[in-house]
Amino acid sequence: MSYAATLSGQRFVFRDLRHLLASASPLRSGDVLAGLAASSSTERVAARLALADLPLSHFLSEALVPYERDDVTRLIIDAHDKAAFAPIASMTIGGFRDWLLSHQADTARLAAIAPGVTPEMAAAVSKIMRNQDLIAVARKIEIITRFRNTIGQRGVLASRLQPNHPTDDLKGIALSTLDGLLYGSGDAVIGVNPASDNVENGLALLDMLDTIRQTYDIPTQSCVLTHVTNTVEIINRGGAVDLVFQSIAGTQKANEGFGVTLGLLHEAHEAAKSLNRGTLGDNLMYFETGQGAALSAGAHHGIDQQTVETRAYAVARAFSPLLVNTVVGFIGPEYLYDGKQITRAGLEDHFCAKLMGVPMGCDVCYTNHAEADQGDMDALMLLLGAAGVTFLIGVPGADDVMLNYQSLAFSDILTTRSVLGLNPAPEFAAWLEKMGLYDATTARALAPPLRETELSRMIGFQP
Amino acid sequence: MSDLPEKPSTASDPWQKLRDLTRARIGLARTGNGQTTRDVLSFQAAHAMARDAVHMAFDLDGLRHDLAPAAPLIVSSAAPDRTTYLSRPDLGRSLAPASKELLPRGDWDLAFVLADGLSAQAVMQQGPAVFHACRRALPAWRIAPPVIALQGRVAIGDDIAEALGARMVAVLIGERPGLSVPNSMGVYLTYNPAPGCPDSRRNCLSNIHLHGLGIDEACVKLVWLMREAQTLKLTGVGLKERAPQLWAPGTPEASHQTIAPTPEKRDTP
Repeated sequence: MSYAATLSGQRFVFRDLRHLLASASPLRSGDVLAGLAASSSTERVAARLALADLPLSHFLSEALVPYERDDVTRLIIDAHDKAAFAPIASMTIGGFRDWLLSHQADTARLAAIAPGVTPEMAAAVSKIMRNQDLIAVARKIEIITRFRNTIGQRGVLASRLQPNHPTDDLKGIALSTLDGLLYGSGDAVIGVNPASDNVENGLALLDMLDTIRQTYDIPTQSCVLTHVTNTVEIINRGGAVDLVFQSIAGTQKANEGFGVTLGLLHEAHEAAKSLNRGTLGDNLMYFETGQGAALSAGAHHGIDQQTVETRAYAVARAFSPLLVNTVVGFIGPEYLYDGKQITRAGLEDHFCAKLMGVPMGCDVCYTNHAEADQGDMDALMLLLGAAGVTFLIGVPGADDVMLNYQSLAFSDILTTRSVLGLNPAPEFAAWLEKMGLYDATTARALAPPLRETELSRMIGFQP
Repeated sequence: MSDLPEKPSTASDPWQKLRDLTRARIGLARTGNGQTTRDVLSFQAAHAMARDAVHMAFDLDGLRHDLAPAAPLIVSSAAPDRTTYLSRPDLGRSLAPASKELLPRGDWDLAFVLADGLSAQAVMQQGPAVFHACRRALPAWRIAPPVIALQGRVAIGDDIAEALGARMVAVLIGERPGLSVPNSMGVYLTYNPAPGCPDSRRNCLSNIHLHGLGIDEACVKLVWLMREAQTLKLTGVGLKERAPQLWAPGTPEASHQTIAPTPEKRDTP
């Protein structure tokens, strides 16, 4: 089926839904690279006009990747909740945007429709939303998840503590972990990207992180972000696996590029659940996503990078995850060229995931070959904080010495909490208070001298 | 003050000794919720150096000098400039048509490509030494003249090897500069290279720099890989699986394992 709109006396025709969505997408280098971007600014707006008139229900009849050929499409179609969709079933994309912004669309109603929203519907409506729209609607959505603490509630900004080290040196990782805890970071997860994907190495890292957690009775969870098959093997060998991590993407072929299938994810999910390590809940999957992953795997099927990214959230949603985050600026300038494109993508990813009911956080980050700097990160972290992002990622001094890119510093997350009046997860905040690192009455982080903190025993200091 | 120390140093700073254990920016001084002026400017200085490393071009005279007595051939990718290179990885992977004629076809066991990638200085500092060491270690091998590739990505080695008629290609390339290391080099080895070759058919040594994998050690590993590749007639996953445990997990070398599939959160330059 083709689509058309007339703008400024010119008639624009879009050959199919993929072409329409791609043409309507805000400009980004990845779509230019794929040859999918609108050929002019006028064409881009014409595509948005055509898209705004399209009924939401149309997205249930035209699949972007054929049902027979793609298990993500099958998951989207088969899991679609018609009852949840009913209240919005008669809306167009444009009408859906207006409804989302209306006061009628409150937290409860947005939660009720989430299982009826497909990735393509979320992507489509995001393309006709301005940045402030993406923030205003996402802010109304509350997705609460639990493992050893409670995150996602209004007024809470959690954080992942990412203590990476270029050679997985246990002391080096312990030091960065201590550094982050002293800044009140780590309530979402203490999660290390291992330099080596070796199982022995993963076991050693998990053992150390679990020992720290138990020694100081920290109400949080740890994770070694290794391939899901490694995690299953670590579970089989008795490792202290709290969360199962995996990078995922929006098509079957792109997931195969990551070496994963829905079946493998299911198997890992079941294996970790059987350990019963969560105390408050059993949300235990942790996924990372990011625009450009499908294109870089040659598995985007002619779909623009923002739309195909949202399909990964359908995969995430199927496993009731504790955490999901987009690694928004990591992939490089060939997909998101500069601070403006990174900012837009971060807000889109967060909004679309939340609209679908997925607990979205963000690695607010960039590489040194992108046209971006820490000023762009300051802006995006505050925008996402205002949008109610589930968690942000922090590394010591914003410099990841293993992956060679810049994320946020632990202090940046403190600034976001303080500027926007946000708090750590309540159980974690109570623990920080007990450790003398947080004053609940002023909601202010405290910074006692290192030697006077109980945590410094972790690295051999005697307070 | 014009020279910013990389790390603040005061006798009273309890983090000072601990920084020997990691190059991470731990224990930064705090003011309110923020960082102090010194740390903010140190970070900006490191970012500026990494940015400049991305945009710096090869010093061709210097490279010719360091590669002597070998006489390098100089080719370009299809990306005409840095801006295009950064946004069009497809162009950086293919050889400019005009450059194909510069490559003499021969009966080569091995070709070396020195590509700027994302850090020309990494390759200028370490590329020639790796080339000479491998050549000395493989005296019986027919090795093509080294090829310097401008605006090149890893896969440009496939086009170059095809034009040369080489059975194996080692691409020495500048990796993404980080704040602590702007001059890290990677080596990608491919047996029977051809355009369209998937990354799973390559072996990689990464993090070759002063504070990472040393040049001597990198050459020992690389020459081992080259000999094995010659014997097995393959590189990539198949070679990785047969590699002995050259270095134990948890030792400082753990991150330099020969990899075939790219790990999480990483990519091929």
